[in-house]
Amino acid sequence: MQQVTVPFLTRLRFLLFGNRTRYGVVLSTVLYALLIAIGFVYLYPLLFMFVTSIKSPDDLLNPMVQWVPSELYAGNYLKALRVLNYPKVLLNSFLVSLIPSLLQTAVASLVGYGLARYRFWGKNLILVMLLATFIVPPQNTVIPQMLTYKQLGLLGSPLALILPAALGQGFRSAIFILIFYQTFVSLPKVLEESARLDGASDLRIFLTLAVPAALPAFIVSLIFSVVWYWNETFLTSIFLEGGVTTLPMQLSRFVQAYENLYPPGTVNIFDRLNEAVKMSGTFLNIAPLLVIYFVLQRWFVESVERTGITGE
Amino acid sequence: MKIPISLRLRQALHGYGFVSLWLIGFLLFTLLPLVETLRYSLNQVTVTAQGIELQAVQWANYSRALFTDPAFVELLIGYAVETLISVPIILIFSMIIALLLNLNLRGKGLFRTIFFLPVVITSGPVIKELVAQGVTAVPGIASNAAVTGFLAQLPRSLRSPVEYLMTSFILILWFSGVQILIYLASLQKVDKSVYEAAAIDGASAWERYWKITLPSLSGATVVNAIYTIVTLSHFSENKVIRYIYGQTYAVQGGIGYASAMAFLYFAVMVILLLIVYWFLSQWAKRGG
Repeated sequence: MQQVTVPFLTRLRFLLFGNRTRYGVVLSTVLYALLIAIGFVYLYPLLFMFVTSIKSPDDLLNPMVQWVPSELYAGNYLKALRVLNYPKVLLNSFLVSLIPSLLQTAVASLVGYGLARYRFWGKNLILVMLLATFIVPPQNTVIPQMLTYKQLGLLGSPLALILPAALGQGFRSAIFILIFYQTFVSLPKVLEESARLDGASDLRIFLTLAVPAALPAFIVSLIFSVVWYWNETFLTSIFLEGGVTTLPMQLSRFVQAYENLYPPGTVNIFDRLNEAVKMSGTFLNIAPLLVIYFVLQRWFVESVERTGITGE
Repeated sequence: MKIPISLRLRQALHGYGFVSLWLIGFLLFTLLPLVETLRYSLNQVTVTAQGIELQAVQWANYSRALFTDPAFVELLIGYAVETLISVPIILIFSMIIALLLNLNLRGKGLFRTIFFLPVVITSGPVIKELVAQGVTAVPGIASNAAVTGFLAQLPRSLRSPVEYLMTSFILILWFSGVQILIYLASLQKVDKSVYEAAAIDGASAWERYWKITLPSLSGATVVNAIYTIVTLSHFSENKVIRYIYGQTYAVQGGIGYASAMAFLYFAVMVILLLIVYWFLSQWAKRGG
């Protein structure tokens, strides 16, 4: 084989401006600079939140201290943990988001399978209604439900969130049904048909053949459900008010809860509510989600490609 | 004895079996409450110990919201304007990010993780705390004296959208996570050989973007537009939603009045969806 020698100037040009197979240094620098700048703007609120949350009262008052606190101060977190009643409310949040999510995912898979695999009258109508459940704002349906729950004595109980989820009307159920619909439509039918010839029942085919094949869709639906239920505050504040308290609910009445624990007239100036304590509370609120996200992030960011929702 | 039924009927029955749970749920938790809310909106609703009492008032709740209540119409217009500003920004921004992430760069996984992070942590109270701290504004611009001085010169109708843009810019960007992923998935489906063929025929990168990439993203753009409008409109810190929620329990307002406002809000939201959908389909027709 003959060695091709590339002249120095050409090599320099390739290095700087790239060729057919690589981006040059100039273009790469511009692209990375763009990505890093946007990434910084994205993370700016989070950085601010974290830095503020570890500032001591002295650092807060000191205009010289902006991004680097003079010490790691844990006092804000200790207060915020107490104000949020953290262990108990955290457990509530987990239960209130996990149970409806499990039910919602299970029902969404059934409905998605039914829509993808069977031909029946009114299927298009059901798809339109599905889209409607996504679009109709919650405040257009929430009041009668609340009044009914009140009569049944379910207001404040997690059942008020569990019941709709169990019947496929949970928070953003339509998205999950569409995910399963897309997944099942794109799976090959051959195995299922041969199982049917062997006399397997429809439900059995669904459970033993379709469910394992759609495992990614199950995982994606479950984690998105949990996250969205966790962050949902409109429905929880109406249905759970006076009963179970979730983390975001507790955060939204942080000031009040703080003043119950540390009455403003009686505590010294350093124990008054300041933004550092508020930011600690906010950070504690998202911390469990951050952990879930960084453990499962592959599933979050690859999910849309896996499930193939792209708008055809 | 087994009753012989046709294969088609059998198929249909099984299909209904699979969707039956959802159909019951739709009836109980969406359709009935929706009709009931519509009924409330035409009545004066009083909550008593036994239940609720309705007193027909016809369209009074609606006319009060539209013609008597000075706050509601203003909030509604503000919502419509802010949504119409945010949607193109979110769409263009998420498309740019998706195009960048679709390039063959090292470390794009890290950036993808960063850009998707807000989807996981965005909830009403968290956003409220961040807005209260003023960190959702573009760093260093919104508080700049020259900028605020310039803004003060503008007429009010022009000033509030610009102010909205500056004070909630990061917030707008935070709503683009899912959209970025949908664009990315859509980009990866475009046939690579089309690009190669175009490149061989002498099309520049610029031409390839406008003639190949953009038209093939039109489906994803419609999905993203709908998703964006719905998420912005349902977001629990949305001012109109806060107002309606407040009026539900107010002595002056009540359930009937809140229901009427909920339907007016829904109507505006549907109009916005139709406007954006019409606009995008015109654009797709010209592009294709």
